[in-house]
Amino acid sequence: MAETLAQGKCSALVIGGSAGSLDVLLEIFPSLSININFPIILVTHRKAGNDSLLTELLKNRTSLMVKEAEEKEKLLPGYVYIAPADYHLLVEHNHTISLDYSEKVNYSRPSIDVTFQSAAEVFKNEVVCILLSGSNSDGVEGLKTVNKYGGLVLIQNPETASMAYMPQQAVNEVKPHLILDSFKMAGYINGLIHK
Amino acid sequence: MIIDAIDNEQVEMLLNDVLEAHGYDFLEYSHASIKRRITRLYSLDSFVSFAEFRYAVKTDKQYFKRFLEEITVNVTEMFRDPTFYKSLRNDVLPVLGTYPFIRIWVAGCSTGEEAYSLAILLRELNLLNKSLIYATDINPSVLEKAKKGMFPLNYLKGYSENYVQSGGLKDFSSYYTANYSLVKFDESLSSKMIFSTHNLVSDHSFNEFQLILCRNVLIYFDKDLQHKVFHLFDNSLEKLGYLALGSKESLDFWANAKDYKRIKNEKIWRKL
Repeated sequence: MAETLAQGKCSALVIGGSAGSLDVLLEIFPSLSININFPIILVTHRKAGNDSLLTELLKNRTSLMVKEAEEKEKLLPGYVYIAPADYHLLVEHNHTISLDYSEKVNYSRPSIDVTFQSAAEVFKNEVVCILLSGSNSDGVEGLKTVNKYGGLVLIQNPETASMAYMPQQAVNEVKPHLILDSFKMAGYINGLIHK
Repeated sequence: MIIDAIDNEQVEMLLNDVLEAHGYDFLEYSHASIKRRITRLYSLDSFVSFAEFRYAVKTDKQYFKRFLEEITVNVTEMFRDPTFYKSLRNDVLPVLGTYPFIRIWVAGCSTGEEAYSLAILLRELNLLNKSLIYATDINPSVLEKAKKGMFPLNYLKGYSENYVQSGGLKDFSSYYTANYSLVKFDESLSSKMIFSTHNLVSDHSFNEFQLILCRNVLIYFDKDLQHKVFHLFDNSLEKLGYLALGSKESLDFWANAKDYKRIKNEKIWRKL
């Protein structure tokens, strides 16, 4: 199976993670290239309230612009947008962000499924979605949609993930293009930079 | 849920039908959100074709009632964002307390949790007897629930924690009586509320207020519609009145934002 996008162009990267994914993010971020020329959206499950913490942690580990996603904000290349705790993040056709306080999905808000599906619909075969460690099955349905629209599906290797359940569910139910150990991810993401 | 069961053109068609047949205008709602709501309802109610769904929405009054209830988001809670309520308690309501009479508009009140939270604050500051809370929503069925002031018992633990974090000092359970799986809030709280339907998209200003609360409603509107609603609020707010928005909403990019001053770290603005 192809390990790169059919069109060769990545217009957006979406990363979803739950329990055990923070360590992976902290490992990936210092190695991300400053030349990344697509927006990165991050959806992680966490408790509402201490919202700026994750943003601050990641900000200190990369030269890319890291910010909490704001509603109606336009996605820009080289920016990392973090879905705020307690809101679903959707992407509009004009590449702006919509936030949504509707019912939880898979007991989660933000839900990874919601953002994967929305990004797949908008960016079709120009989106790359990565599912990391976690202990529920959020993200699986979303990855199916990404596949359907021709986007690229990457899953963290469940054998080396600190919580195997979420990536394992995805590996079982979705045909991923790649299963990656965390230390290979930054290199892969940097390889998505288009000319 | 099959996300692409309905395509963008069909969403447009359906929303045009809704406007023509029922007079509700959803065309300026954020597209991704409203599409997701529509797709969700379509699969929830197991329609076999879009044509059948469209026909039901257009012609079946009973089904349209459900449609309206389900495509608008009615998720809410009491004392949501405790620091926000703390700021209402410490910064806003004491100022309004100097007025002889307090008029508050909770726009998009859903099932009423925020209106009841506000009434509790007013009660604790001894202001409830000179206050009136106008609680409005586009959706008549949620207003029926709001009027009753009954909420599921299993949510109350979270509400009570929010209340304490927001600076509440009383025993939260003194405000309600539990009955099986529901609690009913004291009727003296709702005696100061007026419930009415109001559509922020198409209805006009109906009074002047000293405080307008509209939280997590504007996130579902596109930018143009948000700005129209800000004008509506501006026309409905007294000078030196307060406008309170949801934690991810902002007045910042609105043309008249300079006439408003924001309070500290909260999404509360004062009209200058």
